[in-house]
Amino acid sequence: MNNLVAAPIVLPLATGAILILTRRLPVQRSLSLLSVALGVVVSLRLAAQVWTEGVQTLNLGDWPAPFGIVLVADLTSAAFVAATYVAALAVLLFAFHSLERAQEEHFYYPAFQYLLVGVNGSFLTGDIFNLFVFFELLLMSSYLLAALGGRRAQLRETLKYVLINNVVSGFFLLGVAGLYRTYGTLNMADLAVRIQTSDSGGWLSVIAVVFLVVFGLKAAMVPLHVWLPETYTAAPAAVVAFFAGVLSKVGVYALLRTYTLLFVEDVAFTHHWLLLPLALATMVVGIMGAVAQSDFKRILSYDIVSQIGYMLLGIAVFTPLSIAGTVIFVLHQMVVKTVLFLCAGAAERVTGTSHLQRIGGLMTTHGPLAVLYLMAGLALVGVPPMSGFFGKVALIRAALEAERFVSAAIAIVVSLGTLYAVIKIFRLGFWGEVLGDRRLNKDSREFRGMMAAIGGLVAVSALMGLGAQFILDYATAAAGQLLDGQAYIRAVLGAFDPASYGL
Amino acid sequence: MELLLAITIGVVVGSSVYLLLTREVLRVIVGSVLLGYGINLALFTSGGVKTAAPPILLADGSLPGPVMDPIPQALILTAIVIGLGVFALLLALGYRTFEEHSTTDVASLTGVEHE
Repeated sequence: MNNLVAAPIVLPLATGAILILTRRLPVQRSLSLLSVALGVVVSLRLAAQVWTEGVQTLNLGDWPAPFGIVLVADLTSAAFVAATYVAALAVLLFAFHSLERAQEEHFYYPAFQYLLVGVNGSFLTGDIFNLFVFFELLLMSSYLLAALGGRRAQLRETLKYVLINNVVSGFFLLGVAGLYRTYGTLNMADLAVRIQTSDSGGWLSVIAVVFLVVFGLKAAMVPLHVWLPETYTAAPAAVVAFFAGVLSKVGVYALLRTYTLLFVEDVAFTHHWLLLPLALATMVVGIMGAVAQSDFKRILSYDIVSQIGYMLLGIAVFTPLSIAGTVIFVLHQMVVKTVLFLCAGAAERVTGTSHLQRIGGLMTTHGPLAVLYLMAGLALVGVPPMSGFFGKVALIRAALEAERFVSAAIAIVVSLGTLYAVIKIFRLGFWGEVLGDRRLNKDSREFRGMMAAIGGLVAVSALMGLGAQFILDYATAAAGQLLDGQAYIRAVLGAFDPASYGL
Repeated sequence: MELLLAITIGVVVGSSVYLLLTREVLRVIVGSVLLGYGINLALFTSGGVKTAAPPILLADGSLPGPVMDPIPQALILTAIVIGLGVFALLLALGYRTFEEHSTTDVASLTGVEHE
């Protein structure tokens, strides 16, 4: 039992509740900043504790697992929570300098806190129905944030986003109903035990596919990715940077958790036959979309889809190294994708548009932005010593060791496509003669504030690259925990003996 | 009883799919909400359908014979509340979209221009 596990959920929940009561912006800003800064400290402390003492759990309301809801922090979830908070801090600092006043006043800060509740809750919960509730919580906040400001395109895209997610939430419930009908429990550790000890007769694979559809849509897996590019292009930058960095990874995390703990009965079918081709298609379709576009945010949005493919590839190959690669890659993407969208937001704030053909020459007028963008872009492609290189190496090496040569080849070719997309943005947006307006001076307070937020995250990415040995050790241990499952089950159920309850 | 429930679920989900495939925004919204209700019913059957006492202990701490499984009902209750919230949001969002775009035709809500 460790109350610290609940802190990343309780802290933003309480802050959000307080923020709704006041509409005074200075109060809202300083309280959110305080809460998120505290969250960074708490989540790093939690990750350190999990690293030294093993999996931490908390039985809510002191109901013993599997009867009550249990929160579990293992290496993977603790690291993801910490990365979420680091990204959130930068996004919040960026929001102070980039949001329009009307957007700030319409509950940006409370909604952002509730979004954090949903994201952290999804990472930390050990109960599959509770995961559904936290998903709904983060979706509800994301609906509000996506429509923030209420411009024409935003309303149109948010309506589609809500409708698609609402339908898929129904499928989530259907999957939960299937699991409960088959195994009579919703606690993930308990489910894992029962799945190991009983034969579902193929029923488990059906449920696995339902969950693949649900989490695949949240993660923007091809062919369920169609909602992502337009929704992300329409929303304000301070919102969409967090969506891009963190929200799309929640689906990947849920898939990672369920496809290592629960749905491991028929790996040849669910992972190798079904997920692997989908992962490859996700990479290829995503990068083709990115290469074809000529809008800053839209190129990056399609690129999210392609990067999701790498994470799915790690889950699909299903070896210790590939799972470790996925963990590293998710952590790296949480930082780098946030940074890139913050760059797009800064460029949009400076020029008033995100269309690349109307912002050219930013390097001449706004040098720092160009330098930081290039560093983040190279991190995305995977140029050492930035953070992207090591995750990609682990994933490609794992694919080669598992003798999946076609997958490895596709992963390398898609990397080249990413490089092309990054350079395309740089060539059209930053190089060349100065085009379009400049609404913000290089020395203005807003621009410096935005650069500070972006620079901080770029530094985090560089640190992750320089400390690659530690990250790799951590991720290898995390992958060991995920694949073994016993540590997780023991931490949650403890001395619980099913026989004593007549099961 | 289970057969009757299965048929009901089929009818509800079938209607919702029909509504989801129409071109009117309001109908699509109602369809997506109706799908949630059909699935709630499916969730209800996952605990088994039978005649049994409510799962409340008697004064002496014993069970009153065979009892119902309370979990699916608790799950549905949660799902209904969430569904209501999303329904309200969807209606408001649909209305605002109609105000901005002056149309409720799904086909005219496509497009990629953002200015």
